[in-house]
Amino acid sequence: MARPGKVSRQDNMSSAASSVRELVTPEGVPLGIVIGSAASRFMALMIDFIIIGLLMLALFLLLLFAFGTFGGNAMKPIAIVIALSGFVLRNLYFLLLESRPKAATFGKRLLGLRVVSRDGGPLSIDQVVARNLMREVELFLPFMVLGSMAATGDAGGWAVLAGFVWALGFSLFLLFNKDRMRIGDLLAGTWVVERQKVKRVDDLAAGGTVHFDFTDAALDQYGITELHKLEDVLRSGDGQAQRTVADAIAQRIGYTGPIPDDRQFLTDYYRGLRAHLEREVLLGTRRQDKNDL
Amino acid sequence: MTRAPSMQTATIQSVANFRVEREADWAAFEALLDRLDKRGPKRLSEEELLQLPRLYRATLSSLSLARAISLDQALLAHLEALSLRGYYRLYGNRTGLGSRVARFFLIDWPAAVRALWRETLAMLLLLVIGGVIGWGLVASDPSWYGAFVPPELAQGRDPSASAGQLREMLFGGGDGFLTGFAIQLFVHNSQIAILCFALGFAFGLPTILLVLYHGCMVGAFLQIYASHGLLVDMGGWLSIHGTTELFAIILAAAAGIRIGAAVAFPGDRSRIDAAAETGRSAATAMVGVVVMLLVAGILEGVGRQSINITGARYAIGGLMLLGWCSYFYLLRARSRFDHG
Repeated sequence: MARPGKVSRQDNMSSAASSVRELVTPEGVPLGIVIGSAASRFMALMIDFIIIGLLMLALFLLLLFAFGTFGGNAMKPIAIVIALSGFVLRNLYFLLLESRPKAATFGKRLLGLRVVSRDGGPLSIDQVVARNLMREVELFLPFMVLGSMAATGDAGGWAVLAGFVWALGFSLFLLFNKDRMRIGDLLAGTWVVERQKVKRVDDLAAGGTVHFDFTDAALDQYGITELHKLEDVLRSGDGQAQRTVADAIAQRIGYTGPIPDDRQFLTDYYRGLRAHLEREVLLGTRRQDKNDL
Repeated sequence: MTRAPSMQTATIQSVANFRVEREADWAAFEALLDRLDKRGPKRLSEEELLQLPRLYRATLSSLSLARAISLDQALLAHLEALSLRGYYRLYGNRTGLGSRVARFFLIDWPAAVRALWRETLAMLLLLVIGGVIGWGLVASDPSWYGAFVPPELAQGRDPSASAGQLREMLFGGGDGFLTGFAIQLFVHNSQIAILCFALGFAFGLPTILLVLYHGCMVGAFLQIYASHGLLVDMGGWLSIHGTTELFAIILAAAAGIRIGAAVAFPGDRSRIDAAAETGRSAATAMVGVVVMLLVAGILEGVGRQSINITGARYAIGGLMLLGWCSYFYLLRARSRFDHG
């Protein structure tokens, strides 16, 4: 099935074509979603950790202030509260934020990410819970394995190294699959996708005055791919590129007259070509490119 | 032949008008979504909320139509992104965290635990076997103790400690040593519980080993105290929080084993699907485990420090166990009533 919108969007966004997946809405309309990159996932996690770290620091200072007035052995109760609340705070942060309508922590929001259920249905709390509990293990496993091995002291250097590599593979599972799923995502049936906001822009073919008129023969020279490239060049506002493209088009269609304004020439050709190709589409032919005759 | 050109003109006109006619709906939808993002659903009027699904469907049908007739890629990209935003808003998430939390404690958690009863029994058995092994090995040769209990957890409670030292640790009250130790043990046991669950999907083998190992550790601890005639006191020290904590570890392991079994024997499903499906229901039980671990942590950090009578410790531990069991296995009538 030809999906012009989908193909073109891949060009606009920096993400590779392989990161686009299809999601079918309950109404039966397929929508393209873009899997969040490993780099933005990592950045989002760092931001979240910084926020949680600051919250912990604030809690610590608050407790210090509260208990400090009693004097003496204040550090012990503080240590208990910090040890317990660190665990609770960390998990609540992820659980509460991801179970809200935006389905994203602050880090994910800043990086333009959100959590989505892989089956296209609503993201349930259970899924959010599953993916976040697994994080505890995925992230801390390498350190725990290393720590316990070193602590018991009955493992040699090579064993520690092997264990560490294994645990690291566990943590970096995300890098080894195309859908950028953590093990938590795998178990919960979720994936993390980019939130796309595409501004509505004016139709290039609408309005304005027409200076150049093209014959059907001149419009028959190109297909949909070229039309979309022409749209990109026009929207980019790159004068040099427009100059080049205008020359190429003039040569192909055999136009020898003067071109006082490249942009005007290209806009008019775009207008003509789009009307021409859309007419063909309505009549049942999609001419993909200039070689498709 | 005279009809064809006029039809063409008409259809071209409709492509041109397509955008003009519907643009107002798209703009209204986008503005509504922006307001929702900024202020949340509670601040919108009822009428606006009713508009949401209508505008969403209008946009979605515009997208389908545009894909069929329009070659304006900027417009298609905008409509697709707008539809996706609307889709997330309408279908993306189940809201109502409050009622969800109530439902979790009343129905879902006990039900998830009940569904794991077979695995729970198996893990209990495994823990007991581990305990017997640990006890037996340390009884036959005290040097086994070091293999089961990491030195940072033992903190001097090893075979060479005297009865007085061991006793001091059981009834030491709120001195710094035990407080720090309690935290460390809490963190340690939470990690074991989470590991038991999370490693389940490696066919459950790591889970089985961890439960056995944990049993060995408890068995070794008990043996050390028993050899100094302190078994009853040690049991009290352990049971005040241990009934809750060991129960939590057993449940975590049961949930992990359930996932492991689904991965090993997926049936008609793919292994990934099987893991995802069981993962979700097992995760429900797992949230409960985290709650139990917190309760255990509080009992351990506060209760055990302030209650120094062995009988009272047994009473609290026993009551907790009774409470958990009746909550999980007897609340059934309530949930049936709710559904009925």
